[in-house]
Amino acid sequence: MNLLTLAFKNLERRKLRTAFTIVGIALSSWVLVTLLGFNQGYKNALNRDIEGMGFQIVLTAKGCPYEAATLMLKGGTGLRYMPESLYPEIQNAPEVAQTTPMIMHAEFDPYKGENGGTTVFLGIDAATYPAMKPYFKFLSGGWFSAPNAREIVMGYEAAELEQREVGDAYLLPGSEQEFTVAGILQRTGTQDDGMIFLPLQTLQETFNKKGVLTMIGIRLKNDVNTADFEGQLYKIPDVQVVSMAQVRNTIVSLVTSAKIIVMSVAAIAFLIAVFGVLNTVLMSVFERYQEIGILKSMGALPKHIFMLIWTETVLLCASGSLAGIAFSYLFASVSERLIRAFLPFAPHGNLIELTPNLLIFSFLAITLTGIFGGLLPAIKAAKIRPLEAIRSENT
Amino acid sequence: MTLISAEHLSKIYRRGNEDVKALNDVSLQIERGETVAVVGPSGSGKTTFVNILGCLDNPTAGTLTVDGTAIFKDGNTLSEKKLTLIRRKLFGYVFQKFFLIPTLTVRENILLPSVFDADFAADDKRAAELAEMLGVAHRLNHLPAELSGGEMQRVAIARALIGKPQVLVADEPTGNLDSKRTEEIKELLLNLNKQERLTIIVVTHNLEFAKTADRILTISDGRIAE
Repeated sequence: MNLLTLAFKNLERRKLRTAFTIVGIALSSWVLVTLLGFNQGYKNALNRDIEGMGFQIVLTAKGCPYEAATLMLKGGTGLRYMPESLYPEIQNAPEVAQTTPMIMHAEFDPYKGENGGTTVFLGIDAATYPAMKPYFKFLSGGWFSAPNAREIVMGYEAAELEQREVGDAYLLPGSEQEFTVAGILQRTGTQDDGMIFLPLQTLQETFNKKGVLTMIGIRLKNDVNTADFEGQLYKIPDVQVVSMAQVRNTIVSLVTSAKIIVMSVAAIAFLIAVFGVLNTVLMSVFERYQEIGILKSMGALPKHIFMLIWTETVLLCASGSLAGIAFSYLFASVSERLIRAFLPFAPHGNLIELTPNLLIFSFLAITLTGIFGGLLPAIKAAKIRPLEAIRSENT
Repeated sequence: MTLISAEHLSKIYRRGNEDVKALNDVSLQIERGETVAVVGPSGSGKTTFVNILGCLDNPTAGTLTVDGTAIFKDGNTLSEKKLTLIRRKLFGYVFQKFFLIPTLTVRENILLPSVFDADFAADDKRAAELAEMLGVAHRLNHLPAELSGGEMQRVAIARALIGKPQVLVADEPTGNLDSKRTEEIKELLLNLNKQERLTIIVVTHNLEFAKTADRILTISDGRIAE
């Protein structure tokens, strides 16, 4: 038998109390791991979404930058338009490598889901848009047969939701015109998965938006300074220049306040767990006051008693921490759904990324904090004088 | 051969504004292998006396020498660490309460002192021998809750003896036991004294038990009234 076995057996004495303490630590560990995983996962998912857009700069009609960001990533209402005549000017600029014109339209579909919902359509130029999205692969079918074809290409999730296959008919909400599904894209893990694409010209004609665009995607040549080019674009009246870095910053600032609140809750949960450990171990020391005196009378030095109580704390914290990590793995999808419900904007893909480094960091952080919390009871126990302890009932 | 030598031991407690003399100028010598019974009315100072002899408590004045080592002399005391090492090497303690750890088996309880001493010679064989000698060999893998009071005290005695101490200090070891179990423990301690040449200092209220000792010390008002 050694100190570790003795510490383990001591914890077995009050099984329920030990279990509750471990559950307390596990819950705070779960929250901490999930939030750290979210912190990492959200940033990466956002970067994936933004990189998935395929362009460095987007030119939109002048408006609120938040709206522009939302518009680009999610689609939205109250869209603003700019004249299509701007496009050749941008396209022919010497700094530009590739451009693509787009028009976005959001329409309420009364048959979507149980209570209806808004469907976002993106009018694209099949000649230039795919070059911006080289990772696009078709699950079936292909792009439109003509620039004015009454055809749609559906993102993976949109096709799943609408239960459509290539060749199926699709009644375009708001127009009551029947379109044919020309192609269904493979899953990309970006916002494009939920999008329905139409030929640019078809969308303009169908929704009376001839001669206007919502945005122009721009990819610059390698040696061009992005900031300088943005400065040139700002000279064009009534346009908004949104760089991908701006989009990222805008969304991050939207989410930061939510993250601060959640992190505060996690910090409080963490503190409660530490005080829980402190309380449990301290109670256990007081309960075993006489017994510790007996251990000292049989030759235990203060360092032995300190190590014994400390080992008990370490066992509690380590097992609680491991249980919390296991919970965060098992319930990652549930946590993700909950987090998505609270966020102003949630990118596609995994929002919670649990990497080995993050798990090791969380395990060490919780265990070390718990060990720190266990110092006080361990020191108190080590200072117990054998005779005083034995006498406390045996006078 | 003298194992414990006490000269002019005094112990004064402070209770409120009053000094209480728990031990008043007590001197005695205990020989190796001797059995000493300490009797006296409650509050007479017998437990204080035995605690000082067993190096669990410090006297206020006087000199105590154990196995040639000066434990207390002229108001100076050994450090807590040295005292612990002396307790570990020379003494085994048995109390009225058994203080067995409920989640440890009898074997583990007996071997408990070995957890704190890397040089401890105690092993399973010694634990089994002691359990056999004390009549609890069939209980080695049982938990304390499954034992009778007498058996628990036997286990506590085995635990006190596992480190092969020279002195067994027993403070009312039969205080929680009925007369039959008291008789058993008494026989057991006498056998240990004979077989292992163990010096035994026992505090007891049981005069029949005390009469079996080599010497009876009656403590009254902090003095030996032999």
